[in-house]
Order: sequence, then structure tokens, then C-alpha cells
Amino acid sequence: MTDLSPLDAVGVEDAVQAALAAFAQAATLDELKDARIAHTGDKAALTLANRGIKDLEPADKAAAGKAMGAARATIGRALAARTEELEAERDARVLIEEAVDVTLPVNRASVGARHPIETMQDRMCDVFVSMGWEVAEGPEMEAEWFNFDALNFDPDHPAREMQDTFFIDPPDSGLLLRTHTSPVQVRAALERREALEEHGHGIYVICPGKTFRTDELDATHTPVFHQLEGLAIDKGLTMAHLKGTLDHFVQAMFGPDAVTRLRPSFFPFTEPSAEMDMRCFVCNGEDAACRTCRGTGWIELGGCGMTHPNVLIAAGIDPDKYTAFAFGMGIERTLMFRHGVTDMRDMVEGDVRFSQQFGMEI
Amino acid sequence: MPKIPLTWLAESVDLVPGSTPEDVVTALARIGLEEEGIHGSGVKGPLVVGRVMSLVKEEQSNGKTINYCRVDVGEHNDPAGPGRKPDNKVEYPSSRGIVCGAHNFVEGDWVVVVLPGAELPGPFPISGRKTYGHWSDGMICSARELGLGDDHTGIIVLTDMGFDAADLTPGQDAIALLGLDESTIEINVTPDRGYSFSIRGVAREYAHATGQAFTDPAALPVSGAAGAGFEVLIEDAAPVRGTVGCDRFVARILRGFDPTAAPPAWMRQRLEAAGMRSISLAVDVTNYVMLELGQPLHAYDLAKVTAPIVVRRASSGESIVTLDDAERALHVEDLLITDSEGGHGARPIGMAGVMGGASTEVSETTTDILLEAAHFDPITIARTARRHKLGSEASRRFERAVDTALPPVAVQRALNLLVEFGGGVVEDVYTDVDDVPTIAEIEMDWDYPARIVGVPYTAEQVIDSLTEVGCAVERDGEVLIVTRPTWRADLEGRINLVEEVARLQGYEGLPSVLPIAPPGRGYTHSQLVRKSVARSLAEAGLTQVLSYPFISEKRLDDLLLPPDDARRDLVVRLANPLSAELPLMRPGLLASLVDAVKVNLGRGAQDVAVYETGRAYLQSRIGKVPSTFSGEGITPDDVEALNEALPGQIRRVAGIMTGNKVAAGWDGHATPWKWTDAMAMAERVERACGVVLEITPDAHGAITTAPFHPGRVAVYWLEGELVGLAGELHPKVCENLGLPARTVAFEMRLDPMIDESEGVLVTASPVSGQVLAKEDFAFVVASDVPAGALVDVVLAAGDGLVEDARVFDVYTGEQIGEGKKSLAINVKMRDADHTLSADEVLEVRNAIIAAASEKFGAVLR
Repeated sequence: MTDLSPLDAVGVEDAVQAALAAFAQAATLDELKDARIAHTGDKAALTLANRGIKDLEPADKAAAGKAMGAARATIGRALAARTEELEAERDARVLIEEAVDVTLPVNRASVGARHPIETMQDRMCDVFVSMGWEVAEGPEMEAEWFNFDALNFDPDHPAREMQDTFFIDPPDSGLLLRTHTSPVQVRAALERREALEEHGHGIYVICPGKTFRTDELDATHTPVFHQLEGLAIDKGLTMAHLKGTLDHFVQAMFGPDAVTRLRPSFFPFTEPSAEMDMRCFVCNGEDAACRTCRGTGWIELGGCGMTHPNVLIAAGIDPDKYTAFAFGMGIERTLMFRHGVTDMRDMVEGDVRFSQQFGMEI
Repeated sequence: MPKIPLTWLAESVDLVPGSTPEDVVTALARIGLEEEGIHGSGVKGPLVVGRVMSLVKEEQSNGKTINYCRVDVGEHNDPAGPGRKPDNKVEYPSSRGIVCGAHNFVEGDWVVVVLPGAELPGPFPISGRKTYGHWSDGMICSARELGLGDDHTGIIVLTDMGFDAADLTPGQDAIALLGLDESTIEINVTPDRGYSFSIRGVAREYAHATGQAFTDPAALPVSGAAGAGFEVLIEDAAPVRGTVGCDRFVARILRGFDPTAAPPAWMRQRLEAAGMRSISLAVDVTNYVMLELGQPLHAYDLAKVTAPIVVRRASSGESIVTLDDAERALHVEDLLITDSEGGHGARPIGMAGVMGGASTEVSETTTDILLEAAHFDPITIARTARRHKLGSEASRRFERAVDTALPPVAVQRALNLLVEFGGGVVEDVYTDVDDVPTIAEIEMDWDYPARIVGVPYTAEQVIDSLTEVGCAVERDGEVLIVTRPTWRADLEGRINLVEEVARLQGYEGLPSVLPIAPPGRGYTHSQLVRKSVARSLAEAGLTQVLSYPFISEKRLDDLLLPPDDARRDLVVRLANPLSAELPLMRPGLLASLVDAVKVNLGRGAQDVAVYETGRAYLQSRIGKVPSTFSGEGITPDDVEALNEALPGQIRRVAGIMTGNKVAAGWDGHATPWKWTDAMAMAERVERACGVVLEITPDAHGAITTAPFHPGRVAVYWLEGELVGLAGELHPKVCENLGLPARTVAFEMRLDPMIDESEGVLVTASPVSGQVLAKEDFAFVVASDVPAGALVDVVLAAGDGLVEDARVFDVYTGEQIGEGKKSLAINVKMRDADHTLSADEVLEVRNAIIAAASEKFGAVLR
């Protein structure tokens, strides 16, 4: 092979075209590297020709330099372009080759959950707290006076008998496990009556918590259960306000179409008293075979009424100046019908699989 | 709760035409009587009257004798000719063939036949079948099979049941004949509406609900005159809560009664439908009138009673044999009906309002009857019934208060029925001791109901409603003067009248108005922190459960609580536990939380991590609630005294973990739950509570660290108060409770920690942006030097420049030497305003080495 002269325009062009063809043919970065060395390396024809410029006549040097510069620039651009192309192909291939199986189990660590009774209680409280109500709490081991006397239970009321109430030994201790969250109503009223009387701040509280009755555990009964009780004391409160509060609550929990109805009933601490029902949120009263409401169209929520004047008197509040309403419902029951829990035992036995279904919120 | 046959109800109130039983219970629910159930007979036809044409006794190989009967069932008969296979060898007259095992009937008797295609209560579908070598087309029925009572000693012979053979025809529908087409509704009567324990009361309520016409069954003329009848004296020397035990007693004599007379079939059917058994005409009539009017009655055999009857409290040591032949030792508060056999009021003949005595019971030979209808104090009766666990139909009514005007009327109604079906002559003059107090008037502003209910009732609506429930109402300007009816003792004050107006006007009309509460203060600090604790542990992989707080005595032993531990005396004990095995309330959460762990292990789980938030109970002293105040207008001192008597019941959180924290998998090995995890959970709780606790390896003898492993437990202190334990459970505890070895746990007292952080605000320190310098140290120290103590020294040594120090390796081995260990510590240093120079870092490093050496003899490795 004869040396290429930098002044051989045709020869230079041929060399450029040979280089471009070699780059284009290179299928991998390694082949491109070989082609680069072959066409632009120390021993490539163009490199040698370039080196020969210095030996030319001074008059030719400028033209030769210009021609060679142009040739080398063309090759350089082609190389860069092809390099970029092949690198992009390689990068894309690597991403495909590195793909993993995302259906494999990824978390081997223990996963926890909250108990749905607790999260349900929190959620119910949130509805009232957002209305400005406050959450009041009281002892689970309670004085008989708060649990019964203050709530207008006659000393001979059957509920005071052994068959319903857990009494604390010795039997004359005057202490028991509270049978409802209602004693907290009286405690909350006692704590807040000064703000009521001196500043006219109405008392609006809910009292959630654990309650106890001597029922054996079965599918629908448990000796330890939870209630949510509400109490409002203010000037001019009426049963219409009670109904408005209940309607708002069920709408927050069950959707904007939820409605309640009241039926006459009896409780020692309210008069007038009522049972409260909610229109079935599953069938809306349109399915006689509905399992949630057993075809009645209504779901029993709990009891309510206007607080008996004797209860207000026990809390030191003048029933001629203030009126009050109260309501109470079972959290277990609410969980059962809202989430289709069919057996009370699942809630109380402590099997983690039950809580796990609900996660962290409800 | 009362069961009301609808045909009986319809005698006192016009049912809305076309009403189903469902319609009736819906109407009653609207007015406040809740449905408990609707009962049909459960019998579906064909159930017909049959006449036994022939009866052949056939002894079987099993020793039993059966009757092959041909029964005439009229239109249901097979045509004359051969019977159905295998009875096809014999020609029979038009009839049906039935095999019957009972022997209390003969040819010619009128019986009740259930035919194939019918259904009996159970439900038991009836079909023809081959049995004892015959084809049997159904059954001849007993009373029990039809749900008409308990009698299963033989089949029903209709003429024995009070039916006249002349009224019976073969093939006649027996469903209507026996009242099996009757629907009975069962309702729940709330304690304030005792008068609804009667047809009379329910009919009145139904009228209130529907506006239908009510006819009072108690509105009947009383014959004769009150006067010197059988002598009755009320001598209550010890009234309960100031109320004399009996304020009305009517006694009236019927002579010449036929004791063999049977009660009519309709009366028996109604009693059965209402849930009572038919006994005899005299007893059935007293029960019938009680169910109808609500007034309990008692019939004495006049021949066995010695005048005068004395109503008095029992004497100490006295006893009575009651109608059920049980001898009952009486309490001095029990009210008795006595007669004067053996002296004035010497012999108890009944526990007033609860149960009669055996000695003066009417029998099959009684011809002269003394009938009693009285009014007793509800509390006296309730106490006696409960004291003797002897709830009866009578006591149920008396303890809810009976109409004081009823006694003479109820006696009249009963005598009318007795005379009608058993003959005899009623004595004209009867005894009526009437000490019923006058009913107090109630004054109420006419608009008071509107103010309470929130519906603008007019004065007319209020007056109408009160009048309708039976009140006498007078208006004096703005004020209504109301006198309640005798049957509504529950209407004690004006607030009770409000409920009457509200329910009669209808709860459906209540508007829905949302009250506007004043702005609240949101959740309390304690409520927020507890939610944070619960959430934090769940996020850390623990599942929240709720365990029952009831534990056994043995559980304390299983948890290794020492026999002389003071807490043993302070554990709260229930006076009436559900189970005698579980009499104690948990003194800590772990004591009951282990039950939840065992449930999960028992169901096949191997990795269990649970926690519970809740209260545990421990008496601060054996308290007794003071009974120094009446209850009206409690004072702050009273509240304080009450609260002081309450047992300690602080809120806690506890967790138990066993098995693996991280399961084995395709990308790694399993990691078991360890004591370190228990401590890490305790740290989460500490952090959520916003406090900083001191950790020590033992409780300084303050309490036992049971149920924990004494060498693997961390004790947490807050300002010198013990607030928690975390670590490995004692190996013996795991063994006692059947938990896997090395189960770990923690229990923290939340309330003291929450109280500590209440109102405490974090004061922020500036965060330095200077470059961090890191230095590692490996100190060799004696093996009993706590790592935490060494770290504390390192932190203190750097003149404020040490930002953090953390042990990252612990090494023991030959290279270190016996009784020594190497602790590798990573130290981060930083200054607030400049980057530390190499010299400055070296200075801190030397200070740390010097301090560690001085304090613990630590040697840099």
C-alpha cells in the first residue's frame, strides 16, 4: 500500500468514506473501538497523511491542512454519533436485563394493625370533635353512686342486681365495674358546670370507653364491651336537636343519605326516652332479604332521650334553666353491622387475623 | 314478656281492618312497645277432626303394641275398597288407615288427624309411609305435637278437651277449631309501663297508636256492696322505704262451685297461647283475668282459711310451703298473707304478690272459694321475688305497679267466669280494705312539652294527648293541672307528661336541628399521646388486641409474683365473677394479654406479636365508698371522697412477642424477636409519650421484676418512679403459661409519663451546618461495665463538641482476655460555628480516651 498524500483529494475522500462505512457497520461498542483504531489510530492512512503535511511545500501546507482538518472532523462527528447510538442501545439492554420479579414477597418483617374497636371509637370521636364537642373519660371501676344513683336509677332498680352488674368485693364496697359509660356524663357535667353557669358555655361531650356486664360470651354478647355516649347541656336544647345531632353523626359515618328515626322507649336517666334506628345503609329498606337489617329496613343504633331533670340535679345543674339530651351506642354493634362482623367472639378473643383485616384506619 | 293473642286483643280494641300481625307490632312499636316476636302455631293443614272407626291392637316383635286404626276423616277419606299396599288384602269402608302408638282412646272417639302434605311445628312435614306392616297416612296428634302444651302422655280426645261431640264432624278443619290459626304477638314492656302487661293495656296503647276505638274490659258493673265480708286486716309493722306493703285488699266468697267443671276450650287455648298452662277452672280463671286486666288474683279454698286474714311482714325464722311444694325460709322484709289458724295471723298462706301457699290451695274438691285481689307495694314485691329468685307472673306485674282501681273489678270479672262455667253463688257483701292514697296533681305550663321536644304543640294537642292516656286535665291560664289515671303510677312529674304528649303526637314528626356547640379544645394531651402510642406500636409490627381483664388466682403464681408480694393483697376481686375460676381483675396487662398469645399459638400461628392498651387495676387501699350524702346535689368534697375510694386503674400498654420478627424468605434469613426488640418497643412508647426515661438492669429491690428474666430485663424510671419493664420473660413463666422459650414482652405505665409531658414544650436547639468529624474508638473494659455508662462518659468528655456516640460492636474473646470486653464506639463531633480542625478533633479524642480510662480503666485497643 502506498502512502496517502494529503494532497490526494480523491484518496482522502475514499479514506473518509471507508471510515464512515466501518463505523456504520460496527454493531457493538467493541467493534466501533476496532473501527476507530483502524481508521483514526496511529497507523491509519489519514493519520499518516496528516503527519505528512509538515513535509509538504510551504505553498501546499495550508490547502492540505484544511482538507485534512475537514476529513478528520467528518470522521470525528460520525464516530461520536455512532458511539452515542451504541451506548444508548447498551443502556437500554442493561435495564431490560436487570429487571426483577416484583411478584415475589418483599416484606418479611412483622406487619402490625390496630384493633378495629379502637379505630372505630377514634373515628366516631373525630366526628364529634370536629363539631366542637370534647371527649370525656372516666374510671372503669366506678362508684355505685355515679353508675346508678346519679342517673336516677331507683335503689331497687333491677339493673342493680347481681345478674347484670359486676360488683367489687367486698359486696358492700359501693364499687362496681361500670355497666355503661353514662357515669362519665355526670362527671363531665360536674367538671364543666362552672363554665356553663358563669360563661354560658354549653356542655357538649362524648364519652367513649369500656363497659362491663355479667353476660356470658357468645355470638352476640360479651361481658366486656365498648360504648360511645353523648351528652349536651345548654339553654333551649330539645329533642329536635338530639335528632339533628344523630342525623349528622350517621351521615358522617354512613354517607349523606343516612337518616335516623326515634321510637318511644324507657331509660331511667332520660325522659322522654327513645330507641334510635338508622335507615339500612345497605338496602335502604328495599330488600326484604337484606342481611344487615334482616329485612326490616332499619338498624338499631342505641338509646337516647332528653336527660332526666333528676340527673341534672345530681350534677348540680338547674333543670329549669338548662335542658339536655343524651345518647349512647355500642361500638361492637356498630362495627358488626358496618363491617359485616357476624360473631362477637372474633372481636374479643385476640386472634390477630381479625385486627389484621382492618389495618390502621377504619 | 307478654304474649298477646290477636283475637283476644280485638275484643278490647278495633284492629285496623285487614291488619296483619306485622302491622299490629309496627303500630305498637311507634308508641313504645317493642316487638319481641310474632308467633303462629306452626301448623299447616290438612289437620282435621277424625272419628276412630276401628282400632286393632297388634303386638310387635320389639314388645311394643301399636294400634292400626281406620279413621273417618270425611271428605279426606279414601273410597271404600282394599287399602293401600301392604293393606291391600283387606276391604275397608271409606276411611284412612293410621298407625298410632298411644292407648288413651277407643273406637268412636273424636281425635285430631294430621294428613300427608301437612306440617307440624318443628317444622315436621308429614307424609304417608309404611310402618309396622301397614301403610300409615299421617298421625293422630297429641297436644304437644300441635304446640298446644306439654301433654304427650296420649293423643287428644276432643271431648275430653271440652268439645261437645254434637259440634264435631269428620273431616272438619281442626286448625280453626283448636285456635291454631291464631297469631300471637310478643312485646317487650319497658319498666315504666306495667299496665301494658295486660290485654287491656296493650289494647289502649294500640288505640293511642292508631286512633281506633278502645273498649275498656275493666268497665264492668260490680255487683253487691263492700262491707263486712271475710275479715282482712293489714298490719304492716315495718314498711319498706316508708311504704305500707298493701294498700288495697278485696276478698269475696263464691259458694257451691262445681270443682269438676272444666275450663272451656277457648280459655285453655288463650292461656296456652299466652304461655301459661291450663290447670283447673278455678286457677285458669284467675290467670285469664290477670292476663286480660293485669290484676293478679288468688283463689283460696274457703274451707281451709281461718278468719281473719292478716297481711304482715314475716317474722324471723318463719317459713312457708308454697304452691310449688317448696319450703321457703322467709326474710323479715317479705310481706305475707296469713290467716288465723293457730292464732291471730299465725299461719302464712301466701307470699304476697309472689306465690300462694300450699295449705289453702284450691283442689279438685273445693266448692267454696275465697277470691283475693290486692294491691301491693312494688318495691316490697320486687325485693321478695329477687330474694327468693321467684319471679312469677304475679310478681312481674306487681313490681311494675298495678292499677289501684282494679281489685273489685277483677274479682267481679273472675266470679262472672267461674259462675258461668262452674256455677255457684257469689256472696253479696265483699271485703274491700282501701287505703290507696289520693293521687297528687301535677302542674305544668301548657307549652312545657313544646320547649322540651322542640315541636310547637298547641294547648289543645297537649290536653288531648294527656286526656287520651287517661289523665284528668284542668287549665288555669297558662298552667295545666293534671291528675294521672290510677293505672299510670309512672307519671310522677311533668317531665313524664312530656313523654306522653311526644309519643302520642308521634316521634315521626320531630324536626332535625343540628345544635351549634361552642368551640371546643380538641383532643386532650393524654388522648393524643395514647393514639400516638397505639399507632407507633402497630407501625412497628405489633397487632393490637383486647383481652378480658378477668384472671385466676393461679395466674399470679404462673407469673411468679412472690407469695409475700404486697400486690397480692391489693388485687381487685369481684364479688360476683362470671366464672369462679376467674375472680380477679388483672393487676397488669401482661397477666391477661398472655391469653391472646395463647389463642393465636393454639390456632397454628408461630410468630405472634401483640399489644394492648388499657387499664389494669390495683387497690391503692381497700376502699369503701362513703355513704354520707343523700345524692341530691353532690358537693366537690363528696366527689373527692368517692374518687379516693376508687381502686387504682391507670392506663398502661403492654406487648408480647414470640417467634420471628422477620420471617425466612427467598432473599434472606429469619430474625427472631429478641429482648432488644422488647426494649425498642419500650423506647417507642417513651418517645411517643415525650419523656426521657432512665434505664437500669434491675428494680433496686423496689419490686420484683417478675414475670421477666432477672438478667434480661430493662427497668424504666421516670423521676425515680418505676414506669416500665421490658425484656425476656422468665423461662419458668414461659413454661408455666405454655409460651415458647425466650418469648419477650414489655409493659409500661402510660399515665405517669403522659402527665410528665403534659404542657412541656420542646425548646429547639439550632442545627449546625458545619462539617461533621467522625472518630471510632475500641475500648477494652471489665465485662461488667455497662455500655451505656461508658457512652455517657464519652458524650460528656468532648466539651460540648460530641454530638452523638453509639456502640457499634461488642467483642469478647481470647484476644481480649478473661473478664474483659471490647466496646467499639462511633463518635460524631461538630461545632456550632466552625469546621473542627485536625488538632481540635485530636484534642477531643484524647479527652475521651482520658475520661474513659479514668472512669472505667478503659484501654484503647
